[in-house]
Amino acid sequence: MLNTLSRIVRTGLLTEPLPSPDGAACDAPVLQQDIRRILGRALCIRHVDAGSCNGCELEIHALNNPYYNLEGAGIKFVASPRHADMLLVTGPVSVNMEEALLRTYDAVPNPKLVIAVGDCGACGGIFGTSYASRGAVAKIIPVDLTIAGCPPTPAAILRGILQLVGPSEGRVLPETSGSSFDSARNPTPK
Amino acid sequence: MCPDITRKDSVSLPANLPATLRCVDRDEWFSTAQRLRQAGAELLTLWGADDRSRDGCFHMYAAYLTVDEVLVVKHAPETTNLTYPDLGGLFPAARRMQRAVYDLLGIAAYPRDERSWLRHGGWPEKVFPLRKDVDGQQAFPLVSLPYTFVSVAGDGVHEIPVGPVHAGTIEPGHFRFSVVGEKVLRLEERLGYTHKGVAKRFEQLSQHEGHRLSARLSGDTAVAFSWAYCAALEAITGVICPPRAVALRALTLELERVANHLGDLGALGNDAGFAFGLTQFSRLKEDLLRANTAAFGARYLLDYIIPGGVAVDVPVSAQRLLLDQCKTLQQAVPMLRTIYDDHAGLQDRLRETGRLEHAIAVELGATGLAARASGIARDLRVNYPWPPYSQLKPRAAVRSSGDVFARVQVRFDETLESLRLCDLLLRELPPGSIQTVVPAAEGDCLGLGLIESWRGPVLIALETEAGGSIRRCHAHDSSWQNWPLLEYAVMGNIVPDFPLINKSFNLSYSGHDG
Repeated sequence: MLNTLSRIVRTGLLTEPLPSPDGAACDAPVLQQDIRRILGRALCIRHVDAGSCNGCELEIHALNNPYYNLEGAGIKFVASPRHADMLLVTGPVSVNMEEALLRTYDAVPNPKLVIAVGDCGACGGIFGTSYASRGAVAKIIPVDLTIAGCPPTPAAILRGILQLVGPSEGRVLPETSGSSFDSARNPTPK
Repeated sequence: MCPDITRKDSVSLPANLPATLRCVDRDEWFSTAQRLRQAGAELLTLWGADDRSRDGCFHMYAAYLTVDEVLVVKHAPETTNLTYPDLGGLFPAARRMQRAVYDLLGIAAYPRDERSWLRHGGWPEKVFPLRKDVDGQQAFPLVSLPYTFVSVAGDGVHEIPVGPVHAGTIEPGHFRFSVVGEKVLRLEERLGYTHKGVAKRFEQLSQHEGHRLSARLSGDTAVAFSWAYCAALEAITGVICPPRAVALRALTLELERVANHLGDLGALGNDAGFAFGLTQFSRLKEDLLRANTAAFGARYLLDYIIPGGVAVDVPVSAQRLLLDQCKTLQQAVPMLRTIYDDHAGLQDRLRETGRLEHAIAVELGATGLAARASGIARDLRVNYPWPPYSQLKPRAAVRSSGDVFARVQVRFDETLESLRLCDLLLRELPPGSIQTVVPAAEGDCLGLGLIESWRGPVLIALETEAGGSIRRCHAHDSSWQNWPLLEYAVMGNIVPDFPLINKSFNLSYSGHDG
């Protein structure tokens, strides 16, 4: 126990300032207040791997390490899409994940935000489109922002998330209406 | 240079370790497997190829790891009856691989499990996408297929379906638990959700682009897969990499092992309710990834290993930084290990949990890290060393208890051993160039690359096409062998321990699904 406590004390606080979309550092407490003002609680993110190689997942994990400390800024990952405000979708959408992605999207209450993370999510990446891959996430569900990179660094993912929800006076989340399950099916290849 | 692979007898196969190819008929396909099973060989992988345009037939390949070499057995099933004898009874790991071969090529094991494995309804039943006359670009509307899980009957038995979208930030797959109360009676996995058609995609790439796709088969195993691909291509073309490039490849392979083990050790602490472990180990992992950026220009080294060598040299300043990083980790990891070992609450969760007995591990053909935690002392770097491991002489980490605790201990041992190797490599980095030219290989050459990744052996079987393109590239991750182990390891455990047990194996979905 003493060992553990001594290690905690010696490690100290490692959290770095959050990057803002314009490159300057942004203040976590201010962002946290902003998120509280807009949402009334923490921003809840649900990650969906729609066919990724697991590279982007590793960098999303890193967001919770003590350096980026995403939870410290009032942004947390949740276990169910029903608790989420935002979907982080990785991978080219594999044909076998298409239905699960649509259902997950539908389970997120409105209004909702979607970020396609990584080159694959943005454009299909090296896998492209084929009998097994639908390519970009935007071909299956509406996407608000894409973050390029293979994989994108945690800082790049963080900048993307902050760009959508970051400090801006009176920002309101976009309104999406109704179920998308049928309408979102249209973009899939015939 | 290329062996005549239509010959009946055995020929030596280009590979980074000793390998032989043997062409066999239908009876020998089975009898060879029987003999190898009795001799204690391991089934490495199994794949098929559409060679109708060249040889007028399809081919089946099975690669085995024997005591002293890799033996690849090749068989041409009759074109009128596209079947071959089922190997599942001899090597249980063959079962899912055979189902995948059928989904992609329509070559069936006899008798066969008729449930599809990779095809979930995304393409029609009679379309076999890996056949040469099928356009891989054609997309089909999804028709969701029902899947028959083996049901468990009895008083109070119920099922818990989990996935494909899981609760954490992890890859997708479906787990069907049959439980009584909180106890797991049976687990059945259904995988294939991240199938992206990589085998077909390889055939659209040139030989000098294939390593990029290999690195993206499983992002956490990028170095191992890209090395395996390059090793196969270099063996076919007879290219020997400069010593400095070889040392840098091993350095990055070991750093990949350390980074993954650090991440897992933290996550395993966290899954057992010890958040301190996650904080500490994820911090160490981040430090290592930042050192990677300074040394190699990227946190994850997806495009570092290229045909003929490595992409960039490591500046002297970065060598010192990496050496310091290794030294810091060599102090921090044993210290955290003591905390883990002394923590009664944590040990209570790790010990006896998710036990995979040695006999079952042997029977199922366990491989890699999970096998070593169940007393199977096999590590390609130790038992079949290729350069530079032949000089480095790494030590294998082996534990016998087969529980989550054993898999944690193997990770600790391997992390420290890899740090020792990194230190050695950095201190004695050979001078000279980091790349050499790899010419386009002539057509119809088959070569193998086999590398011990942090998870277990990864294999690339590359067959070339004239003009610098790829005729067929089969990639195999050790997760194929190890996913079925998890089904055994959770039996009799309680449902809330599943995340911990699953994490202790940490198998690849993408590497498996292809």
